[in-house]
Parts: sequence; C-alpha cells; structure tokens
Amino acid sequence: MKKLAVWKFASCDGCQLTLLDCEDELLRVAARVEIAYFLEASSSRDPGPFDLSLVEGSITTPEDAERIRHVRRVSKHLVTIGACATAGGVQALRDLSDVKEFLSVVYARPDYISTLERSTPISAHVPVDFELRGCPIDKRQLLEVIGAFLAGRRPVVPAHSVCVECKARGNTCVLVAHGTPCLGPVTQAGCGALCPAFNRGCFGCFGPMETPNAAALKPRPDQKVLQLYGSRSWGQRDA
Amino acid sequence: MTHKTIRVGGLTRVEGEGALLVRARAGRITDLQLRIYEPPRFFEALLRGRDFTEPPDITARICGICPVAYQMSACQALEAICGVTVDGPLRDLRLLLYFGEWIESHTLHIYLLHAPDFLGYPSGIAMARDHRPVVERGLALKKAGNELVAAVGGRAIHPVNVRLGGFYRAPTRADLAPVAERLRRARDLALETVSWVAGFDFPPVEHDYRFLALTHPGEYAILSGTPAVSDGTRFPVEDWPAHVVEEQVPHSTALHARLDGSPGYLTGALARYALNSARLSPLAREAAASAGLGPVCRNPYRSIVVRAVEVVHACDEAVRIIDGYTEPDAPAVPVTPRAGVGHGASEAPRGTLYHRYRVDDAGRIAETDIVPPTAQNQARIEEDLRALLEPRLDLPVARLTELSEQAVRNHDPCISCSAHFLDLRLDHG
Repeated sequence: MKKLAVWKFASCDGCQLTLLDCEDELLRVAARVEIAYFLEASSSRDPGPFDLSLVEGSITTPEDAERIRHVRRVSKHLVTIGACATAGGVQALRDLSDVKEFLSVVYARPDYISTLERSTPISAHVPVDFELRGCPIDKRQLLEVIGAFLAGRRPVVPAHSVCVECKARGNTCVLVAHGTPCLGPVTQAGCGALCPAFNRGCFGCFGPMETPNAAALKPRPDQKVLQLYGSRSWGQRDA
Repeated sequence: MTHKTIRVGGLTRVEGEGALLVRARAGRITDLQLRIYEPPRFFEALLRGRDFTEPPDITARICGICPVAYQMSACQALEAICGVTVDGPLRDLRLLLYFGEWIESHTLHIYLLHAPDFLGYPSGIAMARDHRPVVERGLALKKAGNELVAAVGGRAIHPVNVRLGGFYRAPTRADLAPVAERLRRARDLALETVSWVAGFDFPPVEHDYRFLALTHPGEYAILSGTPAVSDGTRFPVEDWPAHVVEEQVPHSTALHARLDGSPGYLTGALARYALNSARLSPLAREAAASAGLGPVCRNPYRSIVVRAVEVVHACDEAVRIIDGYTEPDAPAVPVTPRAGVGHGASEAPRGTLYHRYRVDDAGRIAETDIVPPTAQNQARIEEDLRALLEPRLDLPVARLTELSEQAVRNHDPCISCSAHFLDLRLDHG
C-alpha cells in the first residue's frame, strides 16, 4: 500500500485537521493508503520513504529550513497544503516589518529565540509537486489531490477566480450591488464563494488566481480595493 | 543507574509541536521540561497598527482547532473598548457557534487522540480496524459539530461570518432547523460516548489541582464569565493582568503563566467541571452522574469522561437554543472605534483564553496580549509528569515515553494555539 505522511511547519494545524474533518471519507482513505506519519493523529513514526507527503506551514526557523530538505528527500511526491506552505501564510506579515523588533514586542528575552527574518513558502526551499491553496484548504480539493496522486494523475483544481463560483452559486455581487470591497475577482476559487454568500467581501484565503487583472479593481478611488492587502481593514467599516 | 535522560521528540496526538526532556539522578528528577518548539508566529506584534476590526479573522489563524475561541475572546475584548454588548439572538448565535466548536474539538480529542491510549492503539484510525462502529460514531458526532460551526460561521475551520458586533449574515430559522435535527441525533451519540468512555480503566491518580475557569450565573460558562479559582478567588476579567502573569522561565522553553504569584494551575475541562458542574444542562448532569463523576474530578485520565459530558451539554444546549431562536433584526450591532483598553475571555475547548487590546482613537491597534490555555497549563502538566515519572524511572524508556505522552494528552494541549511559545536551544549536557 502507498504511504502517506503529513508534516507540520509554522502553522495553525487547520489544514492537517481538514484531513481528519473528512468524516465520511477518512476511513475509506485509510483503507487505500497507509497514513504512515501523522504526528497529530498517530503515535507511530514511520521513517519513510513516503509516496506522498502533505506539508502544512511555512519555513520560519533555520531548523525548519533543514527539516524540509529531509522531508523532500524521503518523499516521492510533495504537496503543500494551505496558504502558509504555499505562500508564507498570515505570519508572513512579518516580512513587512523588522522581525527583531517583533521579537522584543512579544518576548522578554528575545535572545532565546531562533527565527528567520521572513516566513517563506515551501517552494522557496525545495521543489514542490503541487500546491493546494486555502486558509484553510477545502476538504473536497484535498480528497481530489490524494485521489489523483494515488491514481498517478494530475489533480484537477480550478485556477479561475472566486467570481466564477459566485455566479455559479447565484450570489448577489457584493462589489457591484453593495460597493463592498471584494478580492473575489483576483482570488483563486476553491472556497465556494463563501464570503459573498455571507454578504461579505472576499478577503483572499486562496491567494491570487492565475494571471489576475488586479489593475481592473483599481479605477474607483473610493473603493481602494488593492490597499486591502496592506494595513487597512477589509471588513466592517467598509461594509 | 545514577543518571538518566529521557527524550521524547515530537509528542504525538497533540495539536502542535512539542517534546519532553527529563533528567534524573539517583532516582530523583533533577530537570523536567515540556519543550514547545512551535515556531514563533508573532501574532501580537503583527496586529500592531492594524484596524480594530481585524483581530477576529487574524487571531483565528492562531489555531485551526479552536478558531472560534479566538474570534470570541477577540470580539468581546474589542467590543468592551467600544462600549458594545452583544445580546439576545446574536449572543445565542455566538453560543451556537462555540458549542459547535466544543463538539468537534472534544470529539476529535476523545475518539481520535485520547481513547486510543486506553484501548492500546497508536491512532484512532488504527483503532477503527477493530472498533469500526465506535470510530464511525465518533466521526458522525464530530461531523455534527462541524456542521453547526459551518451553519453559523460559514465553514468548519476559520469561520468567515464573525465580525465585531455579531455576524455578517444571521442564519434564518429555516437554515438552522435541519441542524437541530442532526444535533438531536448527535446528542444520543454523545450520551453513548459518555457510557463508552466511562467504562475505560483509569489509573488511580488524583492531583490536588488549583483550577481556574470562567463562571457565569446562568450558564455553564463558555462564551463569557468571571474568572474564578478553586481556592475561592474571583476577579473581573479586567483584572486578569494583575492575577495572571506570563514569564519566561530560565529552565524551560516556554512562557509559563503564574496565577497570583505561583505557577501550576489548571484550566480546561476538569477546571470547568469542578467550578461549574451544577450549571450543566439536566441531561448532561444526569450523564455525569451515571458515569460516576462526583462534583469534582481530579483524575486527569478521567478528563475524557468530563469532555464527553461537555459534548452532551453542548448538543443539548444547542438544540434548546435553535428551538427558541428568533432571527435578529440586524446581523450585527454597530461598533465604532474609540481609544481604550479592553479585555475578553472565553472557554476554549482546552481552557480559558484571554485577549487584551489597546486601541487608539482612530481604531488602530496599539498593543495586544493573548494568553492561551496551553501556556497556562504547561507548568501544571510538568508537575503531572514529574509525579508520574519519578517513581517509575526504572521502567524502559519506551514505556516511559508512552506514559509521558498519555499524561500530556490528558490535558488536550493545543500547542499551536500558542501565540508565543518559544523555540529555544537547550543545553542537553
């Protein structure tokens, strides 16, 4: 039976939890692939090698920069799961600041702490076979990825924007109808257009879509949508 | 044997990354460190300068297992600054969302992480090979919790529907009716869970815990309440910083919280049950009694029974709330920024979660402090480990490792819900 491993770097555990949240499918998945290394779920520790490694989290420490090389060496296929592993995650906001100053804000003894200046995606360190987007990932897409690798084919995951999902779901466009800033037009699909379905603008959990037309979101100066990637709120006060 | 070092690298079946280092000499433990090597993610620092509306979405990302806890503590702290109280049906919706998280998180811990210790399996998935109907029951129960979170919050992990003042869209009665039906079935599964775990063999261990939990006059506190300690101390949440102090302890790798000057207190299911069991729903109280729980449980292994009772309570209360739910006039009350400091605390599945924010008059965050439950419990977990290991130092290391992991798992630590655990280099000499 093929062997699956799940690895964690700097992250919240939510993407690996998504595997355990596949309540209807988990035992069937476990019947088709040996979940050989998954510290959150199992105390057995298989040294590998593994047919498929799912990697959650970003690289933020010198030790983790080493560890991901080990993971790559023992993995036939390496798939990143989620925004942290794929793009650096919310903790990559540190990249906009001075991490030494951050250290002194949070810790009384910053000298104890080992950290890198930037939070980087897995692909900045080792070759990655497939990147699954989302904060968190979508469980249907996760099952598609596992199934595809078991079958030896490429996963089928759409690269179009959230707008397409929004139309398919029959949502009212929050940007056009309500003037709510929405990153949907430039964000990759995968969530099922969740935020617009809740009368809220998309805030980009799945990251930029393939070839986004970001400039097209700009012309109405009162909306300033792109600035939302910066330090301003995208939520309540704009709604 | 005069000198012995036990190292457990990569604690398993806990959420997050931790390890244990024990040094012993002549039958005495000279050093014991529960090491957290979760890389620092600097949430408190990266919130500075950001808008006061952002912490519910950003701090949810501290922990994928209990994002609702982060959202609720954050909302309440920030609403306190703005002089807003969320009440009526909006508060009911918050309770529903939180009960959903308790159901999913507790059921995950009971079935997939903790029960395998009592039945001798490396994982819940391995356990399913011999006990498939049992594990399927657990997964069905967990799914009911996830469905409740998704019904109110949009999705099971990192819900999108929460905002200061309430929600972006309030569910209709029709949205919630099918969820109530599933929760009625889940309540039966939860009762079966209590009977199942009550039958496990528990090591006869009791610790003299000092408990801390929120208390609420009308509820088994989950969403809000007054911090109370089992020694009788109570203090308003605004006084939290005067009572709970986090510090970097030289011998250890993580911030340890001290309560009124001394370390080693416990928050979480055992604490809530000890301080609030009289306010459980009647059905949950009945389940606790039939499982043989007295008014206080000091055996950490039996925390699995307390969690199961809390799942009964969560299902029961969620059904009651949905049955009486009236749709709110607006999905949120307006919240306008003003300068000030606000405190918020709620009961994450694994213990009291405290947030404090300082905001300027433009609504920008000047300062954040987050005290997660696992930081509070860490010193106490180390004491549990010391008591467990010292009389057993002659056992083989593999067995000690297994026993230590079980003792840590008793407290369901969510190591990644550490806003600021440390990654230290240790002297292994």
